[in-house]
Formats: sequence, structure tokens, C-alpha cells
Amino acid sequence: MTTPTIVLVGHGMVGQRFLEALADRGVTERARIVVLCEEPRPAYDRVQLTSYFSGKTPDDLSMVEDGFMERHGIELHTDEPVVAIDREARTVTARSGRVVAYDHLVLATGSYPFVPPVPGKDAAGCFVYRTIEDLLAIEEYAGTATTGAVVGGGLLGLEAAGALKGLGLDTHIVEFAPRLMPVQVDEGGGAALLRTIERMGLTVHTGTGTQEVVTADGSVTGMRLSDGSELAVDMVVFSAGVRPRDQLARECGLDVGERGGIAVDELCRTSDPAVFAIGECALASDGRVYGLVAPGYEMALTVASVLADEAGEDTGFTGADLSTKLKLLGVDVASFGDAHGTAEGCLDVVYSDSRAGVYKKLVVDPEGRLLGGVLVGDAESYGLLRPLTGTKPPVSPEQLVLPAGAGAPVALGPSALPDDAVICSCHNVTKHAIGQCGSLAEVKKCTKAGTGCGSCVKVIEKLLPKAADQGLCGCFSYTRSELYEIARTLRATSFAALLDSHGRETAKGGEGCEVCKPTVGSILASLNNGYILDGEQASLQDTNDHHLANLQRNGSYSVVPRIPGGEITPEKLIVIGEVARDYGLYTKITGGQRIDLFGARVDQLPAIWTRLVDAGFESGHAYGKALRTVKSCVGQTWCRYGVQDSVKMAIHLELRYRGLRAPHKLKSAVSGCARECAEAQSKDFGVIATANGWNLYVGGNGGATPRHADLLAQDLSDAELIRLIDRFLMFYIRTADRLERTSVWLERLEGGLDHLRDVIVKDSLGLCDELEALMAAHVSDYRDEWAQTLDDPERLRRFVSFVNAPETPDPTVRFVPERDQIKPDLTILTIGTLEGALSR
Amino acid sequence: MKTPTTLELSPTPDSWMTVCDAARLTPGRGLAALLPDGRQAAVFRDRAGRAYAIDNRDPFTGAQVLSRGLVGTADGRPFVASPLLKQRFDLETGRCLDDDAVAVAVYEVRLSS
Repeated sequence: MTTPTIVLVGHGMVGQRFLEALADRGVTERARIVVLCEEPRPAYDRVQLTSYFSGKTPDDLSMVEDGFMERHGIELHTDEPVVAIDREARTVTARSGRVVAYDHLVLATGSYPFVPPVPGKDAAGCFVYRTIEDLLAIEEYAGTATTGAVVGGGLLGLEAAGALKGLGLDTHIVEFAPRLMPVQVDEGGGAALLRTIERMGLTVHTGTGTQEVVTADGSVTGMRLSDGSELAVDMVVFSAGVRPRDQLARECGLDVGERGGIAVDELCRTSDPAVFAIGECALASDGRVYGLVAPGYEMALTVASVLADEAGEDTGFTGADLSTKLKLLGVDVASFGDAHGTAEGCLDVVYSDSRAGVYKKLVVDPEGRLLGGVLVGDAESYGLLRPLTGTKPPVSPEQLVLPAGAGAPVALGPSALPDDAVICSCHNVTKHAIGQCGSLAEVKKCTKAGTGCGSCVKVIEKLLPKAADQGLCGCFSYTRSELYEIARTLRATSFAALLDSHGRETAKGGEGCEVCKPTVGSILASLNNGYILDGEQASLQDTNDHHLANLQRNGSYSVVPRIPGGEITPEKLIVIGEVARDYGLYTKITGGQRIDLFGARVDQLPAIWTRLVDAGFESGHAYGKALRTVKSCVGQTWCRYGVQDSVKMAIHLELRYRGLRAPHKLKSAVSGCARECAEAQSKDFGVIATANGWNLYVGGNGGATPRHADLLAQDLSDAELIRLIDRFLMFYIRTADRLERTSVWLERLEGGLDHLRDVIVKDSLGLCDELEALMAAHVSDYRDEWAQTLDDPERLRRFVSFVNAPETPDPTVRFVPERDQIKPDLTILTIGTLEGALSR
Repeated sequence: MKTPTTLELSPTPDSWMTVCDAARLTPGRGLAALLPDGRQAAVFRDRAGRAYAIDNRDPFTGAQVLSRGLVGTADGRPFVASPLLKQRFDLETGRCLDDDAVAVAVYEVRLSS
């Protein structure tokens, strides 16, 4: 049997969900999958499109996990729209002329923005709001504009208006209906929304249409409205709804609906059983075209089940819940169930506070069952109310709409929800399914719940079992950050004393363990307790810190001198070369712009470092949970694009924070312009030069779980930049868990980036003076650990292979040649013991 | 004047060798000793001053590094965690706490003045 081919036309959110569902069901292993899509980039999160203007990059918005296509052998062709379908021959033809034969064809072409046929609609300065490319074009044009109008006051229209306002334009919203968001909210909700949005400085015109876009020399200069008024605007964004993209289907003779949409049955099959349609291009069997992502996902799962031969009796898309929760212009808006109260005999309960811009309405039936509702300004309860739809809530409806603090407190938690309540409506996941998982990460991985709009995450967290014991290890019931506070308050200097006073009862008087010893050692070091290897502190450090070098697999060590900012003189390079040559070390350039020397025996470390220190080198702390490097590009001094001296700043930062002990290693970089050659956005703290100063990014990471850093602050002066980094690092050191990189910490931090910004930019906790003082103490007390060690014969005594034979090198640390250098001789390590090794 | 305490180890039944002054050992840390037949021992002292010795070879990697691990207490018993991949070994029995099938040799030690 030949391998069947499945062709997917369109790679939006629904298309990608479909591919993931095929992969989950093993279909990608037995079928060839070809994806043809019009946009120049793979699927991205269109729902979050507006977040591009708050600092997300197109890459951040990507829906496709790195390597997904390769892993599943999926052929993806971007910038390659299908232009024709031949159903007789079962082939599709793409714009480049590429012809692909299919066994099954899945259309996920989405929708296009509706532009009302008014004069002037094609003038320069008229835009739609649908793709990343649209956003880029709007952003560019807005640079020369001062006033803009959005046609359409629905969900997308408000998003677009928020974007224009964010770009600094005086913004008008023109909505034909008598209220904003007419589909989702009722009159009262629309009024609350209107007041809030007007208070933000936007001008709203409801109940009026657009008659003409006024132009001069082919460019937008204004708008004429149906009420006769005129607006002077420089640009117009049409966001007056979307229409299904069904043209391909029409042209090849598939059935389409009277008002558009490719007609499909419950299994999403079109009038040709070899062709399916999913998402916004499809006219579902209930006669509706769904413009939300959740129903699209359900259709994607339906077709994937059909193609996997897994379709059961309950497979099929028969209609979907139109519940939505959004944050538009900073205002929470949610509607769910029968929001408009269309059911016969239904009643409503309304709470409205126009001062605060809050409006809540619940629709109930005469028996008290919750049918639906509208929430504006405060949609906190959406996560609970939506799953309760169709049931009789355990408390009275008025209690559900009253704000916290008014009336009797509502003791309604997620535990009150029935097992079959749908918690994540994007991925249709029930409370029962979530109960099978142990952690939020597991929930996201196994059920995808919480990975769509994210509005259910808080409820999911409440459903998960509380970890029984948050303690650091078997010796301490406190977390790392709690221990930090204890050590700081008590001015602790001794691990044993801390264990005996604050350890678990069973651990007091003991040795501690391999988890708490280095953790407390790091805390004591962060709190500035001097040389890390004196007295008891020596017994706390992992072997790397203990020997101020990195232990390698055969028991040898590697040596990394600090090369601040990656800048080094020829003389120093020569010294490194000579040391490596004289001690036969393997040399490799690291990712952090320095040089790692491998293969030193423990007894060779002092001699090697004597030469390095004499030549002006100091410890690079590659062995420590501490600042590693501040990488830099060459910057303004040499580079024709550079706008600041990135090398100078990188050196300054590296020297300032060198030796700073932290919960985990810290990496940094400084780029001299927006081209970002230093890759600062993948660092714990990254700095990118602007024409006006520096942008500071935090929480980035490469490695196993890459994370783009978040923009914390813009256009900072040198002093402002350093002050913010001081605070950021000390706040991280104070509150992070053991071995928690800034990326994970920031994800975990309650309130996220906004909270971080409040604390370290706005000083909302009044902590900043203290954080700065701690950093100032670190900077002034810094001493090079290797120089300190070499100065003290007592400290040097640990650098022997054998305590009873200090002159004898360890015979098991041996090397063999490879590519003109050495590598560990691992065969020697497989010998059980080394009888006779000495006699050789 | 107090005579220094010496740490002695029994490399084979009936024989004893001097390893070092007991004061050389930081409580909670180890040192490596070379035995007459070329084997290596890892010697440790705990907070209470008790001494221990096990084979220095980490059976999971083959490297002679157990002396460079961190000493801890689990369920009231002393252990060392390998500095390479962190498996723990009971200092009194040599048994690996993280893998029942693995153990290292234990040497008798004593402190004498």
C-alpha cells in the first residue's frame, strides 16, 4: 500500500492544532503531510496579535514548537498559497506552480477582514488588522501619523484601537451598532465599556457608519460618517468583521453557504468526502461560521480523529460554546452561555457600578439554573461561572455578582464544580481530566489546558493538589527564599547553627545533605560572608566551588580565566596559549566569549593559576552559581551600525557583578544596536543599545527551555541601567528557588513581569534601597578568589591528589590524543581497581 | 601540649597505615588517600568527629572522585554524594542509596594519638 498524502491548506492556529492532533494520533508516521500556506511565517498566535505592540516579537507569538515539523516529517511551504484545486485529479496547485497530489485535503484557510465598500477604502493609509504583516505596515505608517480611526467597535476593532493608541495616535472608534462589542455584551455592558474606554482618551462614535474615506493625493486625510460629521484622520484601520475565505472551494465547485463558508457536515467533510474544511472558513453543520479559535480547534481534532480512523460515535462537531474572556485596552470583558438572555422565561441579576466601570449580568432560568452572563471591568469570576453554566450554582446568583467585600463572602471555589465541568474551553478539558495531573506543567503537557487564552490557569492551579511539603530538602522545611530571609535577618554565618536552629527536628545535629549545604553556602556567599572556602564554608561548597575549577568526567578540572566582555589583548592570549601548551591542556572557545582550558589535575591548579594571576587574569567563576560572562558585540567603536559602546558597558557590568553568588548561574550580554549580535534576549539580563540609551531585558534563557527575555525598561541612561540591574539581581537572589534560573523564576513570580516592574522600577515594596545597598557591599568587597587562595599556604593545601602522598599525581587521570589535542582516556576508568598501576 | 590525633586506615585485614593528621580533614569534607597496592580511599570526618573511609572510585563513572563529594545525613546515617552525578553512598556500609545493586568497598579507620 502506498503512503497516503494529506494536504493542509493554510497554517494558522487551527491548522497547527490539526497537525499536532495528527502527530498525537500517530498519523504523521503513516502518512505524508504537506502544508501550503500563504503567510511568510509558520502559525502564530493571532489571538495575541496585539501583544506585538507591547514588546512581543513575531517569534514570541509562534505556535510551532522548535523542530516540530522536522520531528514529524511534515513538509511546510510558507509564502506558497494554493491557487487552485482539481478535485477530479485530486491535486492542488500553489502560486509557484507546485502541484501536490492528495488523498485527503484539509482546508484551513481562515477568514479575511471585511472592508465595507466605501469610496477611498484603498487609499494609502487604509489598513486591515489580521496578520503580523498588517501590524508591521500599521506600525510603519503610524510613524508619520498623529490621528487614526478604527472602523468597527467589536472585539478586533478594540484590539486595533488599543494598538493605535499604543503607537501614540489620537484614536477614534466608529461602530455602526448602538454599542461597543455588540455581539458579546448587552446594553449595560456596552455602556460600562464605553465609559472606561472614553476615560482612557479614545473617542467613540457609536450608531454611525462610515460613508467615505476622504483622501488627498491618494492618501487618507479624513472620514465622512453617516451622521454627516467629518473626522480629520491620517490613517484608517478596517476591523468590521471577517468573512470566511471560501474562494478556493467555490472555484472547484464545493458547496458553500449563501452568506459564505464552506459547507461541512458534523465530521467537517465538505460536499466532496476527500475534502475537509476546519476553522473560520467552514460553515458548520449547525449553520454557523465560528470566528473563535476554540471551535476551530474542536474541528481540527474531529478531522484528525477521522483521518486516524479513531472517529467514534461521539466524534463530530455540532456547534460550540461562544464564551469568551478578553482583556481589551486593559479592560476585562467576558461573555458566556446565553449572554443576551434569549431563552424563554429567563431572568437576570445585574450589578452595575459605572464609577468603577464594572458591569455584571447573570442570566438564570426560573429554577435558578445559570444560563449565561456578561462581565465587564471585572471578569475574575469567569473561570468559575462558565463551567457552572447549565447547573444550579451552590450559592445565590446575587452573591456571584457582588464584588468582594460587599455582602456575605462567597465561599465558592473550583472544588464546587462538577467533574464534567469544562475548565479550559479552548481545548475542551474537564475538571476530571485536570484532576489526573499533578502539576500545572503536567496539565499543560498532557491536556493542553491553559495553553490557549490562558484565562483558566488560575482555576487549574486551585484544582491541583498542593504539594505536601515545599521544603528545600529532608533537612529544612523552609524554601530557599525563606532560608535567605532567615539567614539575612539572623546575620547567619554558620550552616551547622542554622541547621540546628531552623532544620527539621529529624535533621538537627546532623550533617545536612548535598542539597541544603551548597544552597546555604550560596546564600551565605550572597550575603557577603567573604572568602567562600574558609572554615565551615569550605564543607558546604560543591566540588567545583571547593576547587575553584570545573570537575570533568575523568576527575580532572577545567580552568576558565575571566575575559570581561570577551575583550582580550594579544599578550594575554599568548599567556593562555603558553599555559595550555606547558600543561598540555585542551583548549576550547566557550559560548560566553572566553577560553576554557581542560585536563588539569587538581594538584596542577595552583601552578596554572599562579601564571594566570601573574599575567593579570582572575577567576572566571565558571565553577560557581554566579555571574558567568557578559557577552558583547563589538559595538559603536568599530561597527558601522552600532549606536552605543557595547563592549565598554559589557566590561563594566561584568566587573561589577563578578563573583556574585546566586541561586543559579547568571549570564548576560550587551548588544550595540537592535541587530542584537550579542543575543542579549537569551540572557538572564540582556542590554540592547538604542539611539537614546539602553533597553534592559530580563528572564531570557537558551539551553533546554529557551525563553525570550522580557523588556523591562527602555532608553535608560548608564546609571539608570545599572541601578535597575542591581535591584533585579538582588531581588532574584532574594526570592528565587534553589537552581532556579531567572527565566523560570520570572514565569513563577506571582504577577509576573508587571509585578517585577512594580517592585524594582516603581519600588512598590520599598525594597530598592536595601537591594542597592546589598549590591554596593558586594561590589566593594569583591576579591579575586584565586589570588586570595594563592596568597595563603593553608588554603593551597587542599590542592593535592592524595593527602598521604602530596607529590604523587593521580595515575587514573590520563589522556589520549585527539585532533592534535588531548581527551580523557576513559578506558582506564572502566578498570575496577588499579592493581599494579603504580608499578608500571 | 596536646598530641595531634592521627587518622589511620586498614588497607588489608591486620594492617594499618597512617593517612594524615585528623585536623587536615574539614568536618563534612573528604580527602583521597593512596593505598600501598594502588587503590584509592576516600576518608571523611563528620561534625561529631567520627571518621569514615570508602573506596574513592565512583562506580557510576569510574572516576576516582568520591573524596570530593559532600557529606550528609539521611535517616540518621552518614553518606557522601558523588560530585559527578550525585549518587549517594552510605559511609558505614558502602551501599549506594540510589541504586540497590551498587556498593563500594568500606575500609576500617581509627583515630590514634
